Amino acid sequence: MSAPALTRQTVAEPGARSATPGRGWRQDLTGWAFAAPFVILFGVFLALPIAASFVLSFTSFSQRDLINPIGTSFVGVDNYARLLTDPKFWKALGNTFYFVIVGVPLTLAIGLLIASAVSRGITRFRTAFRVGYYLPVITSIVAIAVVWRFLLNPDIGLVNVLLANLGITGPDWLASKTLAMPSIITMAIWRNLGFAMVVFIAGLQAIPVMLYEAASIDGAGRWQAFRYVTLPMLRPTILFMLVITTIGYLQLFEEPFVMTDGGPLDATLSVTMYMYQQGFEFFKQGYASAIAYVLFVIVAVIAFLQFRFLRSEDA
Amino acid sequence: MTALQGGARPPLAVHRREGRRTGPLWVYGLLILGLVLMVGPFLWMLLGALKPQAEFLLSPPTFLPKNPTTDNFSRLFSELDFPRFFFNSSLVALVVTVGNVLFCPMLGYALAKLQWRGKRLIMGLVLATLMVPAGITLIPNFVLMRNLGLVNTYPGLILPFLVGPFGVFLTRQFMYGIPNELLEAARIDGANEWRIFWQVVLPITAPVLATLGILTFLGSWNSFIYPLVMAQEPAMYTLPVALATFSTGQYQADHGMLMAGSLVLVLPVLIIFVLFQRWITEGIATTGLKG
Repeated sequence: MSAPALTRQTVAEPGARSATPGRGWRQDLTGWAFAAPFVILFGVFLALPIAASFVLSFTSFSQRDLINPIGTSFVGVDNYARLLTDPKFWKALGNTFYFVIVGVPLTLAIGLLIASAVSRGITRFRTAFRVGYYLPVITSIVAIAVVWRFLLNPDIGLVNVLLANLGITGPDWLASKTLAMPSIITMAIWRNLGFAMVVFIAGLQAIPVMLYEAASIDGAGRWQAFRYVTLPMLRPTILFMLVITTIGYLQLFEEPFVMTDGGPLDATLSVTMYMYQQGFEFFKQGYASAIAYVLFVIVAVIAFLQFRFLRSEDA
Repeated sequence: MTALQGGARPPLAVHRREGRRTGPLWVYGLLILGLVLMVGPFLWMLLGALKPQAEFLLSPPTFLPKNPTTDNFSRLFSELDFPRFFFNSSLVALVVTVGNVLFCPMLGYALAKLQWRGKRLIMGLVLATLMVPAGITLIPNFVLMRNLGLVNTYPGLILPFLVGPFGVFLTRQFMYGIPNELLEAARIDGANEWRIFWQVVLPITAPVLATLGILTFLGSWNSFIYPLVMAQEPAMYTLPVALATFSTGQYQADHGMLMAGSLVLVLPVLIIFVLFQRWITEGIATTGLKG
């Protein structure tokens, strides 16, 4: 695939050579020649699948249709209708929102707290702190989930061993219906707060020092400076982080896949995980596509709302 | 900024520093405590990887390994095919990185500096797909790969990630800031657009390409749900797929080997991160905010 794309590039080169500014189709040709490798790959493997999964979600596509995709039958909105009455889907949706609603604000708040401490509270070892807090962000979620499952092991995990030293008998975190999701949320915050920290540090550095001086002349304390200078000035950064983190968290998958298999009793089953189960364990790709599309729409709507809501408040 | 502060209002600067003086010690204390929490799990992974299986059954459990061993690592290489998984992960990540670093700036340049019909449409597509969840393309891509006979092949693992909207957006934003006079000068000297791109634009864009390359490599190295679906034979597993499969299957109680496997997955990334720390954190901060 990449080879033909490259050839096309070289073929188009003579056309590009004779292009002079202001000449119509030659300029178009040059532009499309530069765009060609991206457009072809992007069209086949991203744009086409997005459209295809929309079509798939209206079919009863399953295992046997893999050999002859055209042979699948359209079932209209059946898949979506079934989703509405599928208690497991609602459970997965509820779990995903639980994860997002608790996880996102905590990740941002802790990230902002550490960013403020690193960029304003201290003057030395800033790089060491930045690197240390950022470390989990770049490591594989699978590896982290494997390590955390061991950390939270009821008998020999570090967490319960430390608790035992304090005379407390630790629970079986991941096997508990009430504690499994909070455990996963804690791990997600641990993994992602470094990203929030780095972005917030950049945002904080862009705030002019004069504003704090003016606030201090007006007699503002630390909290008031934070409330009336930092927060409003940081609004675009907070908005950006809110959207990015929410979209990421809505796609929760690896953590329950490795740590709990969605259990106990579906307490950590997420929408993406339910889609995976339907599509690749029960081979109901049509139904799974409907789940994927619902998630897609939720992501789009939430991103749109967050932009709308926070922008308009600004004006 | 600091010069302005120090020069214009010295008394205030002193006042602010006094206000902070009560801060530092407890701020350092809290930050160090947090750092211990951040690094702790990594340490726990390393120590676990060095413990022989028998030591996990001791009561009370040990923190430091009593009889450190590299046995867990040798079993990864003898009982499981970790060299193969490591190779698969490396190959996929390298090719994906080269693809992105080559193709994304090409379109980035066309979007930033060339006038052509269809440009707005493509720009719109790039922006619209910047945040599309990975899950949505998973099933149709699997159906597509099945019909192309590419499930369980390297092209199957690589092709969908050879380009991405993020790389285009990133390079386009940067190239937009390159002065047009520079390009005009090259055009007057008789250079065609392809040469201008290679010899004028790309060298200036190098720092952004470095950031894009590192982020793409890390993203591909850590990616999970797609290779999980596309690599169904063990011979095609990438490291995350292998680790997840073994940790949820027959090896789930083999803590030593799982910690060793996690270490193999994490270590290359840690090395890259320590070497290129500035490119990563600053790249993310600046590019993210321009979005």
